[in-house]
Parts: sequence; C-alpha cells; structure tokens
Amino acid sequence: MSKSAEIDLASVSKIYGKTTAVDSISLKIPAGSYCCLLGPSGCGKTSTLRMIAGHETVSIGDIVLGKQVVTDLPPAKRGTAMMFQSYALFPHLDLVDNVAFSLKMAGVDKPTRRARALELLKLMQMDAYADRRPGQLSGGQQQRVALARALITDPEALLLDEPLSALDPFLKIRMRAELKKLQKQLGITFVHVTHSQEEAMALADLVVVMSNGRIEQAATPREVFERPATAFVARFMGDHNVISGKVTGAGNGLVDFTVVGGGSFSATGAPLPLGADMDVAVRTDHVRIGESLQPGLGFTGIISNIEYRGATVKLTVEGAGISEFTAIHQANRETCHDRQE
Amino acid sequence: MNALLARATPYLQATPLLLILGFFLAVPILLLLVVSFWDYDFAGIYPDFLTLNYAEALGSWVTWRIYANTLKYAVIVWAITALVGFWVAYFLAFHVRTATMQMVLFLICTVPFLTSNIIRMISWIPVLGRNGLINSGLTGAGIIEQPIEWLLYSDFAVVLAMVHLYTLFMVTPIFNAMMRIDKSLVEAARDAGAKDWQVIWNVVLPLAKPGIAIGTIFVVTLVMADFSTVQVMSGGQSASVALMMRNQMSLLQYPAAAANAIVLLVLVLLMVAGMLRIVDIRKEL
Repeated sequence: MSKSAEIDLASVSKIYGKTTAVDSISLKIPAGSYCCLLGPSGCGKTSTLRMIAGHETVSIGDIVLGKQVVTDLPPAKRGTAMMFQSYALFPHLDLVDNVAFSLKMAGVDKPTRRARALELLKLMQMDAYADRRPGQLSGGQQQRVALARALITDPEALLLDEPLSALDPFLKIRMRAELKKLQKQLGITFVHVTHSQEEAMALADLVVVMSNGRIEQAATPREVFERPATAFVARFMGDHNVISGKVTGAGNGLVDFTVVGGGSFSATGAPLPLGADMDVAVRTDHVRIGESLQPGLGFTGIISNIEYRGATVKLTVEGAGISEFTAIHQANRETCHDRQE
Repeated sequence: MNALLARATPYLQATPLLLILGFFLAVPILLLLVVSFWDYDFAGIYPDFLTLNYAEALGSWVTWRIYANTLKYAVIVWAITALVGFWVAYFLAFHVRTATMQMVLFLICTVPFLTSNIIRMISWIPVLGRNGLINSGLTGAGIIEQPIEWLLYSDFAVVLAMVHLYTLFMVTPIFNAMMRIDKSLVEAARDAGAKDWQVIWNVVLPLAKPGIAIGTIFVVTLVMADFSTVQVMSGGQSASVALMMRNQMSLLQYPAAAANAIVLLVLVLLMVAGMLRIVDIRKEL
C-alpha cells in the first residue's frame, strides 16, 4: 500500500542537563519490520522514539530515515507518524475531524479530507462512529482512531509510544493482534515502545532491549530469549535463573566458576580470564530434577516453595549459594510429591 | 431516632451555606425587588405597588444612552482583557517550562492586587495628567508641542484603568483551562504538521474556551457594575449604569435606584445565560 523506510540511528545521544537519557546508541531498523524498544521505565526507550519522531532534539548523533537525514527536520517533514501513549485525540473534534487533522493543517479542502478520513475510519472499522467525540469511545476504539489519524499521512514509519498500556488485559491481547495484522497489511516500519516483554515477543521482528540509555541487545525475539546477551536481558525477559560468579577455570568448551555462596559450577561458553565476573542464565523450563550427570552441572538444594499452576508446577530451590532458583515442571504426580532432593 | 438523624444530616450540612446565601444574596435581592415598586418623594419612601419607577427608568433616553455607554465599556474592556489574558495565560501555560516558574510568574501577575482598586486607579492620574509623566516626557523630548488632552478624563482613561483592574480576572480562568490541556495534544498537532498559529487556533483556543467564558463573565459583570472607575477616570464626563444608581441614591431616590438595579441585574443575567448557551463551562467547575 505504501512505501516503508529503514530507520538508522548513528550513535545518537540525548542529554538533559547533566543526565544522559540515551547514551550513544546505534541501531538499524530494517524497512517494513516491526521493531519493539523494550526496557524498564527510565531506560531511554521513549526518548529514543521521540527523537525518531522529532519531538525531542538529538543532542549528539544522526537519525536517517530511508535515504534522508532527518535529525533536524520537524516531525511532519520526516515521513513518520506518532501514536501517543494516551492517544492524544482532540476532545473537541469528532472522529472525522480528528483523523483529518493533518490534512486540514496541510490545507486540503474539506470534502477531500473528510472523504479520506472516512476511508481510514473504515479501514479501522470505526466508520459507524464517525460523528462521535473521542470521549464517547472505549479505550480500544480510541486506539483505532489514533491509528487512523496517524496513518492518514501515509507515513513510511509508524511510531507507537506504549500503545497498549491504557487497555485492560483482554483488550490488550486483541489490539496486539490487530497491530500486527495492520503492520503486515501496510508493510510499513513500526517502532513500538513497551515495557512488557510478552508484548515485544508477540509482536516484534526485532526486539531492542534497553537499559540505562544503552542497548543491551537487539535481535529477533527468539534469539533474545534463547541467547540473552547480558544478565540484564535474561532477568528482564524473565523465565531465566541468572547465576553470577567468578571464573575459576576453563576447558572442553566449559567454563568453571564459583558463586559467592560457595557452589562451583560449569557452563558452556567461550573461555574467560581467571577471576573475571560472569553470569549464567538457566531457563526455568530447562531444569531437570534428578541426579547430576556430570560434575559441575547441577546442584543439590532444598525446595522452599511449590506453586501449582495447572499445567505446570513452579518450584523454588535454595542451595549451593544460590537463592530463589526457579524450576518449572510439567505437573505430573511424581514431581509434586516425591522428588524433594 | 438514628434513622431520622441520618435523613437530616445532609440538610444540616447544607444549612450554613443556605443561611449565608439566604442572608447575603436572596434577601437583599428580594428587598431590592420589593423596594423597586415603592413610591418616593424628596423626604422618604412609601410602600406601594407602582410600575412608575420602571417606566421612568426604561422610558428615558438618558437611561438608554447610559446603558449604551456602559455596554460600550464592557465590550471594549472585554476585547482587550480577553486578548491580553489569552496571551499571558498562553505564555504561562505553554512557554514557561517549570511548574515553579509558572507559579512565580503567576504570583507576579497578582502583585498589583495587593493594593486597593482606588489606589491603583488614582496612580494613573500622575502618569496620564496634563502635566503627567507621559505628557511632560513627550513634550520634553520634543515629540509633541501641546500636551495630549485625551490621556486623562476620557473614555481612553476609563478603559485603560478598567483593563488594568480586570485583566487578572481573565488571565486566571484561561490559565486554569490551559493547564488542563494535555500537552501531548499539542505534540500530536505538531506531529500532524500544525504550525504554531495552527496549534493555537485549532487546539489551544477551542480547549481554552470554557476559561475564556468564565473570564468573560467576571469582566463583563465587573464592568457593568463599575462606578468608581468611570467617575474618577472620566472626571465625571462619562456615566455608567451603576454611577447613575449611585447618584439616585445620593438623592434618596432609593426605589428608582432599585428599579435600575433590577433592570441591570436582568440584563447581566441574560448576557451570562447567553454565554453559557454558547460555551459549556461545566467541566471547568
């Protein structure tokens, strides 16, 4: 339907007074992909999005959209459109005028812009409400209108600032599917800011995990989950046990290390210098309960808590200097009752 | 007993307000209404039911001219205070970044109100007078030969003083309305390609309307009821409805003044009702 643009951030920083919100990040978002900027609040993901949108000036670095350097262009000249967290619909205008707003600003005559706005409302299945005000709509409906308003300029990239955070959990999942469908249908680049790893995993082609103004990892959801680049990523994505320790040796593709509490372990990975800090992530659903097959892989501990979750059981284990080690097990009888090591 | 008390509680809670409004609003207006139908001569007033006071008030071309003059002041002062108030509030709400600075600047706006109306009004006299600051400055600089006569004791002086006195009544509600505008709406407008004036015209102005309406009610009612500014600043050359009433009262023509007051009250209420029909101010209250 419309063209899409690659977004290229070249060591972009955002500095507010003495605090650095975004610290020299470089990122290439391929054209037509769905990119999620993921991280806890205050990690700089929203500042990054707002810099791409042009609502925040870039302190250092450049932003390239398609073939154009847009660093100093005003928002409307960039070919991007932004959807705001609270949707920012104009409360005094009906839906048609809300959607047609940017065409009105551009001086398009009334019949043309209203016809185009109705077309987009139809695309979002909101044409039946065309003469309502935003205040009379539910959250999900408001989001559809906000999408229609953002799309009326035929943007090359759509920037979404926590678009689902105002919705209830049920609606969240439905609108999530709609966003993904829309992105496929339009084929334009979506950049979506969120703090929910579940949302990012469900939507993104490219997940960018951020922390303290830096990118921790930028990869496909599968890679981020299966090969987290840092302890932060593993912790933030969840379903991982992160064990930190110091390297004591290496060999056979294994690295040996000890944790503060005293336990010694081995882990697969490239050799590291002796005494270096290292983190290991163990997927909670990849923990096997039983005798250790190889020294250094596994530990003996006490199960301190059992949480029954229907299909699975969540076990919390303490031992060998590791606390709150989580194991997720299929909920068959033997794991529940007998095997407390 | 308890059930009775529970039923009575809301009424008891409303009683103080009811008493205050009753004594200070309802009773005086009722008295005014009653007295406006009484008879009077040079020495006293007599209970009666005459419509003569109204007939005299509405039948005289002097009254009509004074009403027209008062309305003229109201319109001019409203236009200027609305314009000034809008821009001051806009600057405070959208261009001052920190909330602390906003409060400081807003308090500076209120500083003139620490002195009395009369003092603020009278302090214009040495500025505007025939040998005042402006005239002596301009003649001294050789820009004009004769002092400008219309600076003081003129409609210009009246309007100037009223604008000075009443602008804050416009700034405050507009500022209040603007502070409620979600800043992301302005960003959304910019994202849609709106230039500064387009943002103001399409977003800020429509959303500040309830504030403008409330400010308008304040300013219009204050100007319509003003007599001291008109008297002092026009040097007695202009009249307003309230000034006419005051003169009638000083001649002990209370029923005539009361009739005029009722007419003014009805007029102002009609104006307010008209404004409320145009703008919905309920969400501001």
